[in-house]
Amino acid sequence: MLRYLNGYQNNKNAPDENYARELQELFTLGKGPLVFYTEADVRAAARVLTGYTVNATTISSSFDPNRHDTANKQFSAYYQNKVILGKTGVNGAKETEELIDMLFLQDETALYLSRKLYRFFVYYEIDAATEANVIVPMANLFRASKYEIKPVLELLLSSTHFYDPVNVAGMIKSPLDYCVGLCKEFKMQFPDSTDFANQYLMYDYIRTQASNMQQNLADPPSVSGWPAYYQAPQFHELWINSDTLPRRNQMMNILLTSGYTRNGKKIFIDVLTYVNALSNPGNPNLLISDTVAHLCAIDLTPEVIQFLKGILLSGQSTDSYWTDAWTSYKANPTNTVTRNMVVSRLNSMFSYLLNLPEYQLS
Amino acid sequence: MKRRDFLQAIGPAGIVFPSLINGFTFKAFAESPLVSALIQAPTETDHVLVIIQLNGGNDGLNTVIPFDQYDQLANARSNIIIPKNKLLKLNGTSLTGLHPSMTGLQTLFNEEKLQIIQSVGYPQPNFSHFRATDIWMSASDSNQYVNSGWTGRYLAEEYAGYPTGYPNTVMPDPLAIQIGSFVSPAMQGPSVNMGMAISDPVNFYNLINGIQGASPNTRGGKELTYIRQVAQQTTQYGAAIKNAAAKVTKQFSGYPTGNSLADQLKIVARLIAGGLKTRIYMVSLGGFDTHAQQVIANATDTGAHARLLQRVSEGIKAFMDDLTFLNAHKRVIGMTFSEFGRRIKSNSSGGTDHGAAAPLFVFGHYAQNDVLGTSPEIPLVTSASANVPMQYDFRSVYSSLLKQWFCVPDTTLESVMLKNFQNLRVVKSSAPCMSSSPEILPGLDTKILLTNYPNPFQSSTTLSYESNGGHTLLQVFNTEGKLIKTLIDKEVSAGSHKITFENEGYAPGIYYARLQNSTQQQTRTMLLGR
Repeated sequence: MLRYLNGYQNNKNAPDENYARELQELFTLGKGPLVFYTEADVRAAARVLTGYTVNATTISSSFDPNRHDTANKQFSAYYQNKVILGKTGVNGAKETEELIDMLFLQDETALYLSRKLYRFFVYYEIDAATEANVIVPMANLFRASKYEIKPVLELLLSSTHFYDPVNVAGMIKSPLDYCVGLCKEFKMQFPDSTDFANQYLMYDYIRTQASNMQQNLADPPSVSGWPAYYQAPQFHELWINSDTLPRRNQMMNILLTSGYTRNGKKIFIDVLTYVNALSNPGNPNLLISDTVAHLCAIDLTPEVIQFLKGILLSGQSTDSYWTDAWTSYKANPTNTVTRNMVVSRLNSMFSYLLNLPEYQLS
Repeated sequence: MKRRDFLQAIGPAGIVFPSLINGFTFKAFAESPLVSALIQAPTETDHVLVIIQLNGGNDGLNTVIPFDQYDQLANARSNIIIPKNKLLKLNGTSLTGLHPSMTGLQTLFNEEKLQIIQSVGYPQPNFSHFRATDIWMSASDSNQYVNSGWTGRYLAEEYAGYPTGYPNTVMPDPLAIQIGSFVSPAMQGPSVNMGMAISDPVNFYNLINGIQGASPNTRGGKELTYIRQVAQQTTQYGAAIKNAAAKVTKQFSGYPTGNSLADQLKIVARLIAGGLKTRIYMVSLGGFDTHAQQVIANATDTGAHARLLQRVSEGIKAFMDDLTFLNAHKRVIGMTFSEFGRRIKSNSSGGTDHGAAAPLFVFGHYAQNDVLGTSPEIPLVTSASANVPMQYDFRSVYSSLLKQWFCVPDTTLESVMLKNFQNLRVVKSSAPCMSSSPEILPGLDTKILLTNYPNPFQSSTTLSYESNGGHTLLQVFNTEGKLIKTLIDKEVSAGSHKITFENEGYAPGIYYARLQNSTQQQTRTMLLGR
């Protein structure tokens, strides 16, 4: 933050307000209707934060008392007219702690952070009932537990609200959720750590894919992060548009069919390994229900389930035709013809399933 | 100079080079703007091929019934045989009748818009639905695994480089569209799938009307609707399909209801008449796997199989009427196929088990109007495993359609079909864009070209055959359709020839000798005695 928000350029002669502003607006209080800190408060906070520098060579930071503003800092009525007394020498850095304490004393900070957690784990819309019944209790616990995150998350993630069917599956997967999720769901095999060069190349492929879908790891577009996490009214719907949705499906299709090859190493979705781990892959109904239960957060309609089965059965109506094909593959797993007979059908089925809008939800 | 001639002319310079994949020769094209520009100009044609897949293995012997073999057939399948007097007669032939529920196809035949090709199959038939379907889709040999489809390979030849640079002004529309509950590998090209799926009629109407399927009244449901909207907008050819559908505001009113095949064909007619340049459509109807109760015991012309055939017949008839209504009838040829036929002998549960060769239909204004081939020969005594021997390789039908309907030159045909197949007359010679190939000989020659003596035989029998010259194939199959011996597979001179078939320890019973030479073939039944 010292670099990204110009904190290292903030000194007593020319205070830089950038970090002081975002500290309040983005990281603690937010800009909600009940937040009334003033521009004077931004300037006062900036003066508190003067004196920090960075060393680009050692990638470290330090406090330089000579750059620090030692005068008193007066805050507005919103902050209970708080005055942070100016300190000299190394004690100047202690003003920062006082500033942080002041920010976390405000009720709105706990509410704002609780809403952020809620939007990350449940849904972006927060109506009055949710505010009263979920957000306020979270904020209360947040303050009571001295801003420890774990108890607050425990409260949210074990609440009946969290498991209410109405609230389930309201999240659209972020690009990283999608890309990494796909790798994990299918236990995709990457080169191991002894072959770290190739392992990194493969990880970089996944990172690039997510980046093409508008989420480059560790590189948010602005200080506010990715708009999908904060931009009303659409929030995470912003992840899905006419450019990014086809990219998701293209990546999935590549991994499902040819796989991605680099340096002679290949990563791919191995449908046989996936299906082999299910309870009874020879039974097309169980194969599909197990798969759907694992991969889809929202129920599929009976028509879609039937469609998936139609793909698996090549349009036949007798379940045993799949069972027979599966059994002959299992009896002789190295036989190309029997193996391809099940793989081609599984690939078609998974391609259809993972192309479904339902798969984008979590 | 045509682009293909150009490519061939510059071939030796390394622009076109064969590469060996799975033992087959494919063409691979070097990256060059000039060459790809030439390649990207596809053949000028507004022709369309509609492929109807009958899933499950249609019982050909209760679909197209040989009057001249009726008594033997009645003997082999007494519990499901259809009364002779109920069979539908066809103009110009006394040998072939249709199932009574196929009045629509009878009319089409008599209006000269239907061809029946007898006993279509392939050597060494496979009786697994999956494998047999894969063989028909890929057009591979029975013992070869080819992971691309025949229409996919054709489209990859026509529209090189797809999907890069598509849609474009020359081809703004999907290359191929499949409708129905089966994702067809027939449209799989050498590297990418060339087809676009409209998974079912409901999705089609949702797409053209811009509505989404029902979603639950939850937060997840709300987001689902949002993603579906985006998905619909981003369907690559969504706009092209919507525009084409919008141009057709009125269709033929006589489509049957409760007929999913007719529902699918109605969409196809709309898209064709709406001006899509899409060349190939695939639709499907399931339920043909009639192992039991395919007929109602006391009324064998009714029941499950009769209902299926009625759907096929009424669906195709309404489709053809609609195309005429929409003035698109001259652009369309259709064909039916099923992954296999069924056994000659019925089983005791009133059904039939997985079999081999079966008839298929070619329909359209320009479809050749005849019964190609002879009635399948039904032995007096039939074993449970007896099958209809093949007269025509299904790949000859594909190959002939590509050649005669899409004007595919022979050199390309070979790379699409993976080898050379017989050119059968499936499109009327009056059709435009049909190559006037000298290989196509006048209709079926009734002259006997293949005999054997002695018959029955024990140690050996001598086959006498007539060839028009050129490549000649003489094979021997057993009753299960298994290829026992290939006696001739080479160029021979025109005229009469003889060759001996030795009994190399084969089981006694019926064997079929099959002669194939240019467009002709004949099958000869031989009996190996004890």
